[in-house]
Amino acid sequence: MSRVETNGVEATATDVATAEAASPAARTPGFLWTFGLFRSELVTTFRRWRTIALLAVLAAVPVLVGIAVRIETGDGSSMGGGPGGGGGGGGPAFIAQITNNGLFLVFTALAATLPFFLPMAVGVIAGDAIAGEANAGTLRYLLVAPAGRTRLLLVKYAATMTFCLVATLVVAASALAVGALLFPLGDLTTISGTSISFAEGLLRALLIALAVAASLIGIAALGLFVSTLTNSGIAAMATTVGLLITVQILDQIPQLDALHPYFFSHYWLSFADLMREPVYWDDLQRNLGLQAVYAAVFGAAAWARFTAKDIAS
Amino acid sequence: MAPYETDDSARSGDAAALAAEVEEVRSARRRKAARYIVPATVLGVAAATIGLVPAFAGSGDPDLPKISAQELIEKIAESDVQQVSGTVKITTDLGLPDLGGLADGLMSQGASGGDGGSAADPSAKLLELATGTHTLRIAADGPDKQKLSLLDDAAEYSVIHNGDDMWAYDSASNEVYHADGAGEGKDQKAGKGEDAPEDAPATPQEFAEEALKAVDDTTSVTVDGTAQVAGRDAYKLVIEPKQSGSTVGAISIAVDAKTGLPLKFTLTPASGGAAVVDVGFTQVDFGKPSASTFDFTPPKGAKVTEADEMEESGHHDSKSKFEDFDKDAASKDAKGSRDSKGSEEEFASGLDGLKTIGKGWSTIAEFDNGSEGGLPTGGSDTTGDSRVDGFLNSLGDQVSGDFGSGTVFKTRLINVLFTEDGKVYAGAVTKDALVKAANAAK
Repeated sequence: MSRVETNGVEATATDVATAEAASPAARTPGFLWTFGLFRSELVTTFRRWRTIALLAVLAAVPVLVGIAVRIETGDGSSMGGGPGGGGGGGGPAFIAQITNNGLFLVFTALAATLPFFLPMAVGVIAGDAIAGEANAGTLRYLLVAPAGRTRLLLVKYAATMTFCLVATLVVAASALAVGALLFPLGDLTTISGTSISFAEGLLRALLIALAVAASLIGIAALGLFVSTLTNSGIAAMATTVGLLITVQILDQIPQLDALHPYFFSHYWLSFADLMREPVYWDDLQRNLGLQAVYAAVFGAAAWARFTAKDIAS
Repeated sequence: MAPYETDDSARSGDAAALAAEVEEVRSARRRKAARYIVPATVLGVAAATIGLVPAFAGSGDPDLPKISAQELIEKIAESDVQQVSGTVKITTDLGLPDLGGLADGLMSQGASGGDGGSAADPSAKLLELATGTHTLRIAADGPDKQKLSLLDDAAEYSVIHNGDDMWAYDSASNEVYHADGAGEGKDQKAGKGEDAPEDAPATPQEFAEEALKAVDDTTSVTVDGTAQVAGRDAYKLVIEPKQSGSTVGAISIAVDAKTGLPLKFTLTPASGGAAVVDVGFTQVDFGKPSASTFDFTPPKGAKVTEADEMEESGHHDSKSKFEDFDKDAASKDAKGSRDSKGSEEEFASGLDGLKTIGKGWSTIAEFDNGSEGGLPTGGSDTTGDSRVDGFLNSLGDQVSGDFGSGTVFKTRLINVLFTEDGKVYAGAVTKDALVKAANAAK
């Protein structure tokens, strides 16, 4: 692994004792140094084949959806137009509009990937963040650097959140490209029935991508916390993805209605509210608030665990 | 701390050193454990914020000049709000199983029976409002422009009335329903017309009007202080039935102090518990909504169904279809889906042989449904499917009295008694009152 070399270079001649003991001294390197650590973390994350494969899978989803819709409607008919279409329950949101406007493929692709693909990818990256290092035996080398555990944890979390954003943008960009290739573009109709220009549509698409990325903050923090609990990267990833699936299932059980607003995935589809005119902010705000609470609670728990942990590997 | 003292003293033996070590490990553990106070505190603060903020927001009833109930009712009647936009939340809890799926099934059956059906047909959406919590958005600008949208998950259903046109757009299926002024759209929409078929109240105002119709000498109407609704100062008008036997506990209407527009409508059952119907603005604005709100052009590729076409193709127009469904629903005891007494009577009048017993709140509708042994009460005339009978019987209570025996189907608001000899008694009254009425009728 290139991890040892990369961080070996960054970590100048400082020995284990001072790095671990002198946390005030660790503060002196300052912002630039932290940024350097963050950059090296990003480079290692995004250069991994695993990460690239995850992003490729995510980029493939809109391609598949686009081609499927294109084939389905090749004879000029539109989707979901059957008698008593039953409220379009047959697919992800917005799928009926794709044939008329390629931009809707962005929304459909995000609606299709948000329940599972995106959080799974984030769970893999977040779960691997600390436990993966411990598993590979590189965590103690990382701690040799005068970073301090808190700072390392923050850098790890920042890198994970960057991945959330990049992954979402990859899906959105791929969907936009496929949508532009296969379907016409132009003015679009919001789900409230009003028309907006294509430029505003693009802006909404960007806002939606940001809202989707923000929706993943909660699971990223949860994954990071799980990652500090174990020394096995695989176990951390599996736990995080398992928790994701469990919460998604619980969110479907009507008897647990009272608990639903506290599940991190409950307001995920609120991003679609950005397509209303005027925008309906209530659920979006609830979603952001909930993600912030998850980030704060599990971030703090991860900090409590990680800074007090015996690092043996 | 003790460990360090013992460290310094040369007198201490091995045992003391060991004790010191143990003590140190313990204190290290304690320090580690202490770190978990941070996430626990964060969680506590978050929980407290979630719990307390609504409590603070709801506190402090506004100070408003005293007003009599009569003046307040006049205020509602005089209210002439032309321009309004806002968000309305409707919660209905009739104690029925979730009707959403059932209604969908029934409606899609109806629609597939006639291929003129459209998912954007307003009548197809109405039953959804009968259960659960829904968010609506309304906007109005004078008598010619109204819009009502039902917010779904990642979809929206809008009814737009603009001049002579009435559009309904279902974004989930990308279908459009259009009625123009010359057709039935005019009759239904020309008046208040924010909603589809007029017997379905959706805004707090429409609910309030229905409730005020029922005000007579059997009713007490009082002003019960003030409240804040959607950030506006409001008077609370409380309507209570004086008679016993009604399932209606009280109706509370919050009336905007400035404009006289009802902002919130709550119907609580006499049996207590959560409100049966709770409709209120969560956000309201009396400014002029932007003109583009009411502009609608069917999106490219959307399936447009014209109201005229539906009639011509030999199928029912939306209203008669709705009534048909009501009859259907009545015989299947889905009749609790009607929310207010007014519309209850309205639709019941469509049935033959209707008599009413009593007056005011404890009015009981009596009719003969024609078939001896009648409804699926497990009598001689079963539906032929034992599972269906069993299911229906499990919903009802068997009762008997001077009239014979029968089955009472209960909701939290409306109870219906089907007797063995084919009589049906229905009303917003308790089970006992129904039995008494049936006995008296014998």
